[in-house]
Parts: sequence; C-alpha cells; structure tokens
Amino acid sequence: MPGGKERELRRRITSIQSTKKITRAMELIAATRVVKAMQRADASRPYARRITSVIENLAAGGAEVDHPLLREAEQVKKVGYIIITADRGLAGGYNSHVIKAAERELMAHRAEGKDYSLFCIGKKSNGYFRFRNYRIDHSYTGFSDSPTYEDARKIADEVAEAFISGDVDEIKMIYTEFISMGTQNVTVCGFLPLESTETIASEGSGSAEVAASFEFEPSPEAVLEALLPRYVEARLFGALLDAAASEHASRQRAMKSATDNAEDLIVKLSREMNAARQASITTEIMEIVSGAEALGSGGDTDDLAAILSELSSDASPA
Amino acid sequence: MFKVELVSPEAVTYTGEASMVIARTIDEGDIAFQSGHVSFIGALAVWSVDVIREGDDRDVFAVHRGFVQVSGDEVTILSDVSEKAEDIDVDRARAAKAAAEEALAADHDDAEAAGALARAELRLRVAGVE
Repeated sequence: MPGGKERELRRRITSIQSTKKITRAMELIAATRVVKAMQRADASRPYARRITSVIENLAAGGAEVDHPLLREAEQVKKVGYIIITADRGLAGGYNSHVIKAAERELMAHRAEGKDYSLFCIGKKSNGYFRFRNYRIDHSYTGFSDSPTYEDARKIADEVAEAFISGDVDEIKMIYTEFISMGTQNVTVCGFLPLESTETIASEGSGSAEVAASFEFEPSPEAVLEALLPRYVEARLFGALLDAAASEHASRQRAMKSATDNAEDLIVKLSREMNAARQASITTEIMEIVSGAEALGSGGDTDDLAAILSELSSDASPA
Repeated sequence: MFKVELVSPEAVTYTGEASMVIARTIDEGDIAFQSGHVSFIGALAVWSVDVIREGDDRDVFAVHRGFVQVSGDEVTILSDVSEKAEDIDVDRARAAKAAAEEALAADHDDAEAAGALARAELRLRVAGVE
C-alpha cells in the first residue's frame, strides 16, 4: 500500500522534528550555561592563586607543621575516591568517561588488596555504583551544574574528616578537567594527603616576590594550620567548577550532534516520503491510463467517466 | 594610598584604594595597615575589617575565617565570607543569634553553636544595630 508508507514516513518525520526542537533547545541552553560556568571558574581563580601564594610565602618563611592533612600513611589500606559526575545525562560520554576511569582505578587498587570508600558527587555516579552493589559512603547530589562554595566546603569537611580520623589512608579525585570549549580531560589526581608545602609552593606561579621577608601573625605554623583546610576546600571547589563547565560543554556538543543527526534523518526521510508519494501517483495514473485504453479498444467511450470514478474510489482508501 | 582587595572563593568581591585597613588576627590583636607596611601574613579572627578610604569614608566588612596578606603596596583579604555592612541581613542575623543562643543554653560545649553565635553577633555589630 503505497499511501500507507507515505503516512508512516510523515509521522516519523514529525516526531524527529519535535525531537530536534528539544535537542536544539538543550544545545542553546548548554551554550549559555557553559559561558557562565567558565566565568565562575575564572572568578574563582584569584582566590586559589592567592591561597597558593600565601603557602609559597609560608614555605619560604620556613613554616613546617606536622598537620594531619599532610601526613602520609605508612601503609595504604583503604583508598577514598571523590568521583565528580553530573546529575543529568544527555551529555555524551561525559559521565561514563569519569565513571569508567574511577572504576578502573578502584579495580587496580582492589587487586592490590586495598579497600575502598566512595564519595560520589552527582546522580549519575551514585546510580552506577549503587546498581553494581558498591558501597557508597558519602553521596552528594543536586548541584553538579552550578556548585557553590558551600557545597565544596561540606564535601571537603567530610573528606578531610575521613582522612584525619584514619578511616581512609589516601584520597583520589576523579573529575573532568576543563581545558577549553573543545577539550576536556578526565583526570585522576591525588587529593589527600596534601603534598608538602614546598611542593604546593613550587606548583604556584613562582611570581610571588618571595624575597620580601614576611611577618606572620600569630606564627607561620598557626597561619598554615588555618590555611590548609581552606586550601583543600579551594581545590575541591575548583574541581567542581571545572567539572560543571565540562558538563555543559559536553552536553552542548552532544546536543549539537543530535540536532545535526536529526536534520540529516529528516532530509533522508523526506526524500523517501517524496519518492513513495511519487510512486503512488504514478501507479494511479498507470491504472487510469490502462483502464482508459481497455475501454478505448472496447469501443464504448460513454462509460469512461463512470469507470474512472470507480477506479479513483478504489485507489483512494489505499 | 594603597590597593585593597577582598577575595572570596567565588569572586573578587571588593577592590578599592584605602589609606588604612584595620583588622584583627586570631590572637585577638587589632592591627592597622598603612602604606609602606612591612610584608605581612596573618590569620584573621571572626571580626570586622575596616577599610578607611580618603577622608574619613569607610567600608566595614564582617569577615569569617579569613587571612590577610600584605605585600608591596597591596592588602589582600582572603575569606570565605566577607559581607559589607550595608548588605547584611539584620533579621536573619538576629534569628541566627537567637537559634545559636538556644543551642548553647542546651549544650555549653556546642562549638558549632558558639561559632554561629560569634558570627551572628559580628554581623549585628558590623551592621551597627548592636
């Protein structure tokens, strides 16, 4: 039934068109959000830079403390993982890349006989690990696309507590680093214990005029002790912001290709539909012509109109 | 005159020129910075930071968990929370104070409530209502 095929195709095209409208809207929303997320990440940098510069100056001033956040365990028995994913999907491989990297890391450590503890950020990682019966010790959701410092502080507090209490001996963080609109990399990095203050300082800009000798109040050690937890929070906050920008960039890309695919599909199906319509018209004409010819040879032309109308009423319900 | 910046984790919240900055470090000593101050790093108490501009204009901030770094002709205050006096929500601070007092009355060793009380009192003081 040629007409049936045409109708079927028309229905598919309409449905793809409405899908396209949705993906296009999501693409545009993600595009504006990614700009905002990038601005927030940029706005957070002065603080992180200054904290690092203070640590630089402290290290130069010879502050050495035996802070619990700096203490390395002699033997690592349990590793904590901070896994930063999104609350929502439809962002291409964004979530699954992070989750795969985290699971790989976890498996490798398990093979060495180390226990694990999960800090899952975002519904997607929570869902994945819960479904596979992993034990999730801490779960945070609801802010992945625009994290606030308060969120970072809450998480950092619990992470630091787990580390300081000795429950976990080492903490790794798995998140997506935002490099540019086109490039985001899944990064696995050590989170705790912190590197020694010298290492943090050497990672800094190095531009701080360390030459000037600083006065510290109350003392270099006391300042450092108050500063390290802030440094941990700032690092986590930076990672959350990077992840949020990456999420939006990935979603924008994924939705753009979905929109493009929908467009291609619509073009293809429209062609198919036109061909089907043309085929059914051709068939109808053929039927009419052959009918007329049959009549012509039969001689009686007065019945032509009657036969034609009969034919067309035959063809139309098809 | 020198440059003053208040930097929070989310953004640079204030930049300006000042003739003097007054802050308080955690061992309860007030300290004032003027142009040409020696390079200095200090951990700040839950207290106010006064930025005195030209003449006698001043901007007052409530600062929690902050640090001050002075180097060259620049004073930088790093802090999670730095609220300008005019921006403080007095009603909210009052409510927070009442809640914290209640919690403290029930449990004298509640460090969190004590912290909350200190913060609420600071806000009210900076806002100039108490």
